[in-house]
Amino acid sequence: MSDARANILTRLRANRPQTVPTPPVYAKPLGWDRARRIDEFSTRMQAVRGEVHRVGDGDWVGWINRELLARGLRRALLGHGAIADAFAAGAADGFEITRYDRPIEDWKNALFHDVDFAITGARAALAESGSLVLWPSAQEPRLMSLVPPLHVALLDADQLFENFAELIDKQGWSGGMPTNALLISGPSKTADIEQTLAYGIHGPKELITLILG
Amino acid sequence: MSTAKQIYYFATCLVDLLYPKAGLAGMQLLRREGVEVIFPHDQTCCGQPAFNSGYRDEALAVARAQLACFKREIPVVVPSGSCGGMIRQHWAELFAGQPDEAQALAVAGRTYELTEFLVDVLHIRLTDLGEPLKVAIHTSCSARREMGVADRIEALVGQLDKVEVLTQERKAECCGFGGTFAIKQADVSGAMVKDKTDALRATGAQRVISQDCGCLMNIGGAFEKQHARQGDGPTAQHVAEFLWERTA
Amino acid sequence: MNQARAFHHRIDKALHDDQLRRNFRSALSGIQAKREIQFPDDTQLQALREQARAVRASALIHQPELLERLEANLTANGIQVHWAEDPEQANAIIYGILEAAKARSVVKGKSMVSEETGLNQYLEERDIEVIESDLGEFIIQLAHEPPSHIVAPAIHKNRREVAELFHRFYPDIPYTEDIDQLTQSARLILREKFAGADAGISGVNFAVAETGTLCLVENEGNGRLSTTAPRLHIAITGVEKVVEKLSDVPPLLEILTKSATGQPITTYFNMISKPRQPGELDGPEAVHLVLLDNGRSRIRIDAELLDTLRCIRCGTCINYCPVYVQLGGHAYGTVYPGPIGIALEPQRLGLDQVGTLTSACTMCGACAEVCPVKIPLPTLINRLRAEAVNLQRTSTPLAGRGSLRKPGEASIWKIWQRLYSSPGLYRLFSFAATRMRWLTPVSLGGWTRYRSAPRPAARTLHELARQEGFRHE
Repeated sequence: MSDARANILTRLRANRPQTVPTPPVYAKPLGWDRARRIDEFSTRMQAVRGEVHRVGDGDWVGWINRELLARGLRRALLGHGAIADAFAAGAADGFEITRYDRPIEDWKNALFHDVDFAITGARAALAESGSLVLWPSAQEPRLMSLVPPLHVALLDADQLFENFAELIDKQGWSGGMPTNALLISGPSKTADIEQTLAYGIHGPKELITLILG
Repeated sequence: MSTAKQIYYFATCLVDLLYPKAGLAGMQLLRREGVEVIFPHDQTCCGQPAFNSGYRDEALAVARAQLACFKREIPVVVPSGSCGGMIRQHWAELFAGQPDEAQALAVAGRTYELTEFLVDVLHIRLTDLGEPLKVAIHTSCSARREMGVADRIEALVGQLDKVEVLTQERKAECCGFGGTFAIKQADVSGAMVKDKTDALRATGAQRVISQDCGCLMNIGGAFEKQHARQGDGPTAQHVAEFLWERTA
Repeated sequence: MNQARAFHHRIDKALHDDQLRRNFRSALSGIQAKREIQFPDDTQLQALREQARAVRASALIHQPELLERLEANLTANGIQVHWAEDPEQANAIIYGILEAAKARSVVKGKSMVSEETGLNQYLEERDIEVIESDLGEFIIQLAHEPPSHIVAPAIHKNRREVAELFHRFYPDIPYTEDIDQLTQSARLILREKFAGADAGISGVNFAVAETGTLCLVENEGNGRLSTTAPRLHIAITGVEKVVEKLSDVPPLLEILTKSATGQPITTYFNMISKPRQPGELDGPEAVHLVLLDNGRSRIRIDAELLDTLRCIRCGTCINYCPVYVQLGGHAYGTVYPGPIGIALEPQRLGLDQVGTLTSACTMCGACAEVCPVKIPLPTLINRLRAEAVNLQRTSTPLAGRGSLRKPGEASIWKIWQRLYSSPGLYRLFSFAATRMRWLTPVSLGGWTRYRSAPRPAARTLHELARQEGFRHE
């Protein structure tokens, strides 16, 4: 449909408005220190029913061992890399571990039905909106944070930014984007029936952030 | 006391024909504050009815006929929010590119809604001489959003110490007048004024005060019709008439 | 039936549906309250609105260059770009892609642009199964209804109506009116669809030219599933959705979610820049973007009407419209209802087709006050009213200009003009009206169905002012 392309662009050029827009001005940084960022992130995330826990660097495996088995969650989905290896090495006996090691087409049914929770890292987080920032990858594919009923995300406390604008700027996102980048703020929810909030419509019903450091 | 010794009073069409007592009360309030109120004899209408209906040429002709009435560099005071909004906001669009554009903008630039003028320029102080009364205030959408002066009526009524102001639900919502909207979409307008009068009635107010004659015609007219069916209820009154009645 | 009669017929139906009107009143009051909590500081809100306005206004000026840049960057990223002038072309492109991929089943994320093109019906007629996966869209797809709101498509239904609908289509699931349980039922039904679908179709909230990125805003995760689980993803969007830089996105995202739903941010903000890369284990192998014009490029020529295209489809104007709350979205009869619909649809479809919509506005200004990108909606609606009754006003290529001019109405306004622009004539008229006030009709059509008739006073203010000794000039 190259005709459509040419026609549309020609019309857009011909109909160019004469007004000169004022350039946008962005808000100033908030000046939040590390403690404030952790605090704001936790408050915001909890406000949308996300669980947040601060655990020592080495203790997050122990935390999962204690907490999730007690909640009856056994079937863990792991990707590859340091996080996956650490959990695989330290996981308690009760867990059944699946590795995301094949293309989704080969095991879609099992992913949708036979996993209780997935563990991934988070690239960063945003304090002002209470958002996790994920760049899914070959090691931690996109559906890990979406299909299992529970998603556990590990966040380095030093990777907490004030907001999205600061993150984009400091990490130079405009220089190149990954296949998929995500802001995740709480478990899946809807308000489509009577504007009443209900959680766990399509994505994870629960989201746990473990803040390390 | 005032810095403005002289003002033009632009009554506008609804006030002139349907609410002259409200218009007169506004003039009396101004006069009592030491202001010389000039009533230009040739004034008629700001042009709003036609402008809101899409008939801009007709609106322009009528608005243009007003310019000669307000030539001197003194404030123009309008006892109606929507007419004030028409002049201050929309005359610029209406007169754009016209030979008398500058003249129209000059008038618009010194136009005030009555309650705005009483509060902001005259800093009026009122002493309540009336009996205890419960009222609700309906602020016109034009006064609220076009002119940004919705709180002036509250400030004025707030000075009356025997008047209790009750607040209706969804106070900022339009009453459903909208000029020719009330004719073209009569049933929607009827549903809106029903909601508005229900909310006003529910406050228990004896009187509803507004600064816009369009809203008053709508709300007051609906009250009258409803009273004919269900007995007593609140009445609607222009703020100028209300203030004059309680302080003179 | 002509457009005015059809519109009044739909209005009549809506006004007589008390349940519908209660549903709307209750839902919109709730949304308004939630939004207001998000903006405790008016100064900050106004600064954010100005920022968002400026981003969108700037993108519109540079739109052709930005679209070319978007196309170049998306193509470099491996996303295929298609251009469609009208709904028919868009639908044909999408069907062509699905056919080539032998896709027989589609899960859809929410897309108002696909409502513009009537995509679902088009595909279903060609034997492709289309499942709407947004809960609200899923509900109205079951009910065979169009969305009644651009953000909350099933806002007109209450829980009982949803429960009955689910029970009718899925009798195996025990009947419930509990919203959490209804939500869980939808999860179970739709999971199977996500797991099995050949393709996903979604809309786009912002398309970033700088990086070649498609941004999707959602709460449910159905948008992410539709764009991740199937092997093929097709996005469709209007040509006006392009923005220049990634750094333009944060203010737009913030004001969109706060305004639309009263949330500081939605659960998911999904940024898609590439199809599945070598070594990656999920995500669609092919991603397509269909850019639809459908009348948008025509709107641009007029500096005033151009503002319409700033819209980010948050629906806030709808949530605050005192007319919409009485009627709901279906009464408008167009894809986009409420103030933005009144401003956009006559420009898109022609005043001769849907120009009567402009009568459904009181000019109260509630919409413009909350619009996150400061679209002066009443001004636009007023302008369209003028274009609808005037043949010569401007050179703007608006379809159906002057088509709503009626000789009777026009001559009334001419008489009005004559009367009110000649002071002598006016005084004669008002003298007569006051002296013969007993002649005022008691019944004035629609007005007196709900109110008493206005009655001229015994004396005009002109006369009273003179009597009271006020100076005349």
